Amino acid sequence: MATEASAPSSQAPEPAAGPRHGLRILILWVVASVICCPLVYFVWGPHLPPGDMSSAAANQQFDLQVLGTIATPVFLGVVIYMGYALTFWRAKDGDETDGPPIHGNAKVQLTWIAATTVIVLALAAFGTVELVTVQGAGAGEGPQPIWKPTSSTVLQVQVIGQQWAWTYRYPQFGGFETAQLELPLNKPVQFDVTSLDVIHGFWAYQLGVKADANPGVNNVAYTTPKHAGSFVVRCSELCGLWHGAMYDYGKVVTASAFQTWAQQTETQLASLTKTLPPYAMTYDPTEIANLGKVLVQLGIGGAGGGYYPPNDPEQP
Amino acid sequence: MAIEIRPESAQVPDGREPDTAPKARPWWLRPAVHTALLGAIIGYVLGHLLGNAISSGYQQIPLSDDNDVPIVLGYLFGILGWLIGLGVFNDPFRQMLGKPVTGREEDEPVGGVAKYFRYTLDHKVVGIQYLFGMIGYFLTGGLFAMAIRAELLSPTYHLITPSAYLEVVGEHGTMMMMMMTSVVMGPLGNYLVPLMIGSKRVAFPRVEALSFWLTPCAFVILLSSLLVGGFPTGWTGYAPLSIQAGEGMDGYAIAFGLMGISAILAAFNIVVTIICYRAPGMRWSRLPMFVWAMLTTGFLLVLAAPVLVGGMYMIITDRTAQTAFFVNQLGGSSYLYEDLFWFFGHPEVYILALPGFGIVSEIIPVFCRKPLFGYKIAAAGMLGVAILSFFVWQHHLFDSGIDPDMRPLFMLTTELISIPTGFIYLVAMGTFWKAKIRLTVPMLFALGMYFNFLIGGISGVVLSDVPADTTSHGSFFVMAHFHYTIMGGLIFAFFGGIYYWLPKMLGIRLNQRLGKLHFWTMFIFFNSTFLPLFAVGELGQPRRVFEYARNLETLNDWVSISAFLLGASFLIFVYNFVMSTLFWREREIGNPWRSRGLEWQVSSPPPLNNFQHVPVVLSGPYEYGDPKALPVADLNPPAGVISGALAGTEA
Repeated sequence: MATEASAPSSQAPEPAAGPRHGLRILILWVVASVICCPLVYFVWGPHLPPGDMSSAAANQQFDLQVLGTIATPVFLGVVIYMGYALTFWRAKDGDETDGPPIHGNAKVQLTWIAATTVIVLALAAFGTVELVTVQGAGAGEGPQPIWKPTSSTVLQVQVIGQQWAWTYRYPQFGGFETAQLELPLNKPVQFDVTSLDVIHGFWAYQLGVKADANPGVNNVAYTTPKHAGSFVVRCSELCGLWHGAMYDYGKVVTASAFQTWAQQTETQLASLTKTLPPYAMTYDPTEIANLGKVLVQLGIGGAGGGYYPPNDPEQP
Repeated sequence: MAIEIRPESAQVPDGREPDTAPKARPWWLRPAVHTALLGAIIGYVLGHLLGNAISSGYQQIPLSDDNDVPIVLGYLFGILGWLIGLGVFNDPFRQMLGKPVTGREEDEPVGGVAKYFRYTLDHKVVGIQYLFGMIGYFLTGGLFAMAIRAELLSPTYHLITPSAYLEVVGEHGTMMMMMMTSVVMGPLGNYLVPLMIGSKRVAFPRVEALSFWLTPCAFVILLSSLLVGGFPTGWTGYAPLSIQAGEGMDGYAIAFGLMGISAILAAFNIVVTIICYRAPGMRWSRLPMFVWAMLTTGFLLVLAAPVLVGGMYMIITDRTAQTAFFVNQLGGSSYLYEDLFWFFGHPEVYILALPGFGIVSEIIPVFCRKPLFGYKIAAAGMLGVAILSFFVWQHHLFDSGIDPDMRPLFMLTTELISIPTGFIYLVAMGTFWKAKIRLTVPMLFALGMYFNFLIGGISGVVLSDVPADTTSHGSFFVMAHFHYTIMGGLIFAFFGGIYYWLPKMLGIRLNQRLGKLHFWTMFIFFNSTFLPLFAVGELGQPRRVFEYARNLETLNDWVSISAFLLGASFLIFVYNFVMSTLFWREREIGNPWRSRGLEWQVSSPPPLNNFQHVPVVLSGPYEYGDPKALPVADLNPPAGVISGALAGTEA
């Protein structure tokens, strides 16, 4: 933002009186920005969260990198200006006089308004492009997503939140329900996030995916895993007593390993899958009891299908 | 312009003859806090019994196993009893019956402390009541914050149980949010606005006094929810969790709704006072920036807070009368609550920013000894922020799954709001240009506010960007962001205001050396508490959790220790406040900062009617360094001048 530093220099036409403060501030600001911006973008940027494990995460990292680089000169401009003012424009001890009566300066004000408007519009345009081209940027898009992956082979994973555990159903593998979240490498994933009781937030941190789990609503989010490894899933909406303990870990594995795991689990859980309600985008709370059996069989504590009384239940 | 011209009528809200003496009763028979407490207890018991009587046959409410009717009716009747005991309804009923009223401010013994514990109509008394009330709120909320940080010293739960942790989180958030709506408008707005606009009174003294006396009620009700298990929802109270929660939830809904009503009343009074009670010559272009801030804040509160009250009302009926506004499977929608809450909630965060802007804009010209740079752009910035704040609330729901194609629009409106906010920085930087800066305590706090709000504002731009928000949303990053804007912005400005205006309000100056110590400890530990929390959030720690990843333990411990030291810095303030007001009593009559503000032209503390005569304002409040500038006002205008001045301004 050039206005911050260059503005005051045009505002005080006092050629002979004292040093040229505006020029000094401008030089300080330009030098500091030229040093700091590349540092932020190239040195800090690649280490910014949430990393590059998936397409959405890499996109968010790039966004943070760009926003950080734009924010640097803004921050430096204000801080350098204020620091300069406090260093050079302090009243001497015993000086009871007033400063010059400057009421404003139309040129400075108009430059400022124009510059901030340009920056803000550019930021909004940048954000919109990043949102649209990266399939909703990993954020939950509701039941009718408008930014979808172009690939025709999308792995569907249903994420079911309930107090206080996550389970996952794989409709392309007979709709089995499990507490393990495994994803194949380099294949677009569609998360269908829903809840059985209150609002939860499905946050697959390293994947850069965050979608609220609302009861009775299917909330869709997309990403494509790019690196193998494990990632953490946390609940990001306050959902009651054990909200803080509502987390588990997922894995990104190679496509063949995923295929093996999914088919094995499908046969292993076949009898259990029969007792479940048929796969659906949302579940009526009357079906919670059936879905809850899975939790018990899979050895997860949790609500087990019912609602907790408001006083302390045991930790799941 | 509705201006009271005759001085003797200006202070009499009811038109009773000024020389009829009130009936003297012993103090314990006059309505005050003790009778109000008695009324509240009787009211609560009656309400509870009534609730038991009418709802004994009720089925349990959906999703929960409580019958909340008795506790809700207990709270409501308790509030009514409190107000009856306080004598709020005495005069309106007397007037209805055609009897003379007694609750006038000139009946109060001037100088006694008893008036601070009664339903007093003088705006200066209400301001002081608010000041102590809000500091009480703030310190209580701060203690809850200490408990949160103590729990987060360890990545698993160790000190308090998870349910106690959630109770503490909810109490901290709600108490602070309730307090912040009124923290500037209550003490400083009520006290200073009439003085700054040259008025002898506020427009609606009864409404103003009522707005204060609802705040202790809300305080007690919110804390009382701890007795029945607290509420697990945090300050946002999202349904359906709030419908499922235990009886403590009713305390949240009623306290928050009550505070909403109090804020509406206070704001309504301030807005009408500013519009209708300006002295002759107090044009819109001469209005102090603090008054502009109060005007815009007042409009925001009057328009936004009713939505909060409506949302809280629906929570209560969902929990008692078995409506289902927010229960998805019965035809309601949890999105409805999110929308109602944030339609209030986003203007609310600017309700918390604008008063801070007003205070610092008032402080910097005085200590730069320069006119405020770009007066009009400062006012335009405040108006712009106020208007835009109604068009951004959906950014709280970026990941909720609601209507994705509106996201670019709300991203744009959210980022647009940084343009008028930037005006505030332009004004500050322009004012600092070649100034004669004096680093007094209020000035330090103002500078701290500009620094903190800069970080808060830049992190807000990150949050407005939907892709970057996907990681930051609902994490400690958000938490750090709004603590930077609210605590770093509003609270720093509020303390600056206290150090600046306390000589005016109490006639006593706080010790400046301790004030500087307070500033530096608060500024350093504030930043060392909240700056690392940006990183903690981006590294994957969600809000309101008691368990977090083990690799974040070092950062969290650093933050906790800084937070304790930040808490300790307020002890310096409390010590300074108590010692300065009670023991040292460094008298500071007059105008210690050599300010041109109209409020400084009368004695400190001001006389009962503020001004002996309605002043005629001659020039703006920031004309420092201008040898041609007229004095700010003529406090003793010759007879006939006011009507002439009136004609001049109306023309």
